[in-house]
Amino acid sequence: MELNEKILHYLDKCDKVNTLKLADEFNEDHQKIVGAVKSIEALEMIVSEAVKSTKWGLTEEGQMVADQGSHEAVLYRNIPDDGSPQVEVMKKVPNAKVGFSKAMSAGWIYIDKSGGAPLVKRKVENISDTVQENLIEIRKGIDNLTDNVRNDYKKRKLLQEITLKSFELTKGPQFATSIKKLETDLTSEMLMTGSWKELQFKPYNFDALGQPPSCGHLHPLLKVRSEFREIFLEMGFTEMPTNQYVESSFWNFDALFQPQQHPARDAHDTFFISSPANSTEFPMDYLEKVKKVHSKGGYGSQGYIYDWKIEEAQKNLLRTHTTAVSARMLYKLAQQAKFEPQKYFSIDKVFRNETLDATHLAEFHQVEGVVAARGLGLADLISELDAFFSRLGFHQLQFKPAYNPYTEPSMEIFAYHTGLGKWIEIGNSGVFRPEMLLPMGLPEDVNVIAWGLSLERPTMIKYGLNNIRDLVGPKVDLQMVQNNPICRLDK
Amino acid sequence: MPTISVNRDSLFAALGKTYSDDEFQDLCFEFGLELDEVTTEKQMLIKEQGDQAGYASGVSEDVLYRIDIPANRYDLLCLEGLVNGLLVFLGKKTPPKYRLDKYEDCYSLHLTPATAQIRPYAVAAVLKNVSFTKESYDSFIDLQDKLHQNICRKRTLVAIGTHDLDTIKGPFVYDALPPSDIKFKALNQQKEMTATELMELYSSHPQLKQYLGIIRDSPVYPVIKDKNGVILSMPPIINGDHSKITLNTKNVFIECTATDLTKATVVLDTLVCMFSVYCGKTYTAQQCKVFAPDGTYQLYPELKHRRETINVDKANSYIGIQENGDKLAELLTRMCLPTEHQDSVLSVEVPPTRRDVIHACDLYEDIAIAFGYNNIPRRPSSVVTCGAQTQANKLTEQLRQECAHAGYTEALTFTLCSREDVATKLGRNIEDVAAVHISNPKTLEFQVVRTLLLPGLLKTLAANKKMPLPLKIFEISDVVLKDDGAETGATNERRLCALYCGRAAGFQFVHGLLDRVMALLTTPCSKDGYWLRQAEDPAYFPGRCAEVLLRDTVIGKIGVIHPNVLTAFELTNPCSALEINIEPFI
Repeated sequence: MELNEKILHYLDKCDKVNTLKLADEFNEDHQKIVGAVKSIEALEMIVSEAVKSTKWGLTEEGQMVADQGSHEAVLYRNIPDDGSPQVEVMKKVPNAKVGFSKAMSAGWIYIDKSGGAPLVKRKVENISDTVQENLIEIRKGIDNLTDNVRNDYKKRKLLQEITLKSFELTKGPQFATSIKKLETDLTSEMLMTGSWKELQFKPYNFDALGQPPSCGHLHPLLKVRSEFREIFLEMGFTEMPTNQYVESSFWNFDALFQPQQHPARDAHDTFFISSPANSTEFPMDYLEKVKKVHSKGGYGSQGYIYDWKIEEAQKNLLRTHTTAVSARMLYKLAQQAKFEPQKYFSIDKVFRNETLDATHLAEFHQVEGVVAARGLGLADLISELDAFFSRLGFHQLQFKPAYNPYTEPSMEIFAYHTGLGKWIEIGNSGVFRPEMLLPMGLPEDVNVIAWGLSLERPTMIKYGLNNIRDLVGPKVDLQMVQNNPICRLDK
Repeated sequence: MPTISVNRDSLFAALGKTYSDDEFQDLCFEFGLELDEVTTEKQMLIKEQGDQAGYASGVSEDVLYRIDIPANRYDLLCLEGLVNGLLVFLGKKTPPKYRLDKYEDCYSLHLTPATAQIRPYAVAAVLKNVSFTKESYDSFIDLQDKLHQNICRKRTLVAIGTHDLDTIKGPFVYDALPPSDIKFKALNQQKEMTATELMELYSSHPQLKQYLGIIRDSPVYPVIKDKNGVILSMPPIINGDHSKITLNTKNVFIECTATDLTKATVVLDTLVCMFSVYCGKTYTAQQCKVFAPDGTYQLYPELKHRRETINVDKANSYIGIQENGDKLAELLTRMCLPTEHQDSVLSVEVPPTRRDVIHACDLYEDIAIAFGYNNIPRRPSSVVTCGAQTQANKLTEQLRQECAHAGYTEALTFTLCSREDVATKLGRNIEDVAAVHISNPKTLEFQVVRTLLLPGLLKTLAANKKMPLPLKIFEISDVVLKDDGAETGATNERRLCALYCGRAAGFQFVHGLLDRVMALLTTPCSKDGYWLRQAEDPAYFPGRCAEVLLRDTVIGKIGVIHPNVLTAFELTNPCSALEINIEPFI
């Protein structure tokens, strides 16, 4: 008979039993009994109640005494008939110190100093080792010790109190003496034979987790990128082709009316290209106009009045902003026969020769929105920003005057972050300068408003990341990628 | 963006009002400044040089405001300018009028032809009957430093020298001489030294060493002398000790030498306008005659007050407000731009302190700032357009989803990498790789633009050794290849790369992904669709590498990664990889 059925039969007869008792009865390890109890309890055939009980058991030293005799008995037995020098006894016999004093007080031995050096001699012919006898009984589970003796053994560290966890068993609602085999899962065979109607199924543990599906995962930052693209598309923006990391200084800086001595054009801030070092093809008519507006002014502008050099404009670099692409798009727009209002957007990588730290990388994603139409102004920009940022979950914006070489007016965008409970800077914006737009050939009443932000910063704020390298680059923890939730920017 | 430190109590005294930090922060925000930090000289020293420096005696514990100034507002780079700007903005003061006193011959500056070889321009001005206090003196020195760091581009474009006019005698000469012919006692030095010796001496000077390169290799060095041959300065490195200004200086001679004349006049105007407030005749500067080598001359400082006219309606519309002309004139005046309004035309006088105003749009911005950016009402959008996405990005989004559906996890790696990453680590020579090279990388990690996605994914694997195997990762992104036909000489190419790493190389898994992707792109596995052709590539295991062809064009590679490559990327488990160009499918 299986152990669990044995337990059921036993319980059938007595209604209530402790698992320790069962271990005794069946001569089985208590843990095994408990295991069997758990399996039938799950079937609601029995009910168990945990109880704690204490009993006295042997310590490690107590086990030794039960096996080999008490220290005093061991010492006694080690003394030959004609005695032994005390020094030797103390050295030779294990635990001699305790054994000696106990044997002395029991009156089993005595010291003979007649021959000079003290000799230990037996005093009695026979001894009975009650300590050992008592411990052997305890080990068997018989405990008839008086409190005095027990305390003495406890003091001698031969006995210790042991806490036992056991279970008091009673019959459960489904009690029976035989166990029906429970099915773990519904199978197609059961459906085919119809056996599922007769079979009983194992109850589920709904607290346990399910089996994780094996699946791939998208990267958190690129999930945010997808959301941003969707927002722009919902708002009627057209995506700009930004697949051109290598750009000429002309489109990256000069076309944006950024003077050639501007600090951003320093090797400190920008990655220049040694090979291929220069661009040579430019729309020359337009280039001449750009040159003029920088060096001499025009279109209502004083210009910067300096010696503009084509060599500077030819220098290739890794684009420092996607606005280089916006400039190309606006130039293209200006070449069309009839001007049509446009909304453009892009999200792509840009590069800065930065010293890397927790919030700066040499490459990051720039998000950019551009609207070109007749008669646009700051109020339109603010309205666009309201619409855009509210879709990102920022419903309160503030604007700070700022300086940007190619926009005027320029505004830094601050948003109130309800989670952080403070205003945070989230982007930059402005109206493109006429010195940038008019040389392209755009009509004079066409204004272009634009804004930009990094993709990484809002993502880090959203996911509470402090180090950008935990988000981007080869050192990113793929576990983080797998655990990342779907991106809902307004939640 | 430059940051200036001003003593808070002096600032409030000058503004005539005490603010809380938050109130002052709000004022800055409105005006377009940023209160970056509230600190003390002591705290700054402790931060920079450690406790010892901070606790030395004599270090001030006065509260300092560190304020970020927009890069084009040179007129706000010192306490004097900042106070003036804020007082006018708050309507507590009218914008100052800067005046010129007629030149006197004794203050003229003559350029020799030799200066054309090194720093061809110079301008000069005199401030008369100045009364310095310790604070205004320090501010004067600070402003020169701020200008040197910003508009002067670390003294390359313009270098400023200021002198006690009463210790020297004009007319002055701006010359360029061989270094060995220049000998003088430089500022705060004990003895006379030649220019060569000075350059040697300053090569270890913490501040000055950064400027030495501007002239070091030139056969002649710039030098300014007085009538008696006393050396005033050796621009852009150091002034002479003889003419140094002190707290007792009454009359100041300012010279700016330059490689950019426009910038030199802006710098000179700024210095003169800011510190003419301390002159006997307030806001008045004495002009100097500066003779070009050809004998023609110009008067400096110019202190040009330029008139710009703008239309009231246009200004309103540019911002999105509806204010009358008088109101706009008042707003502009509060930005230090005195304005008159007549018949819907605003006539704005742009003072020499506002050389950042070069177009009407700069005035529109100032109106908007004075009006308050956050007071501008919203204007509902009237621009109706249809959205559209680029085909390349649309396909990328779709394929990313599909790769994830196929059980691959997306990685996002760097576009920039080392030469080794795209060459030696993959068993190739860098000369054979069509990589774009960066001329000025700060670290070895960013020497080239990647020509493959594979190295980034291998690095991602190396950083994720704790993840259970098998590991399947992918990336769809751009690589950059040199391309003689392209306008810039390089083009991006959109790639898909996938990597399988397990106890066995598992070629069949990446192969299966390729089949899946091709099926999704309705490309059959045949010579008319895609097919594999065995190839050799040092990055892949011999015999376990194939080219992926689309009809007769190679679009990528697939194979088992070579053990040498695994070792180079510190990987210990076998991998298979697939990398293809997806542009033919767009």
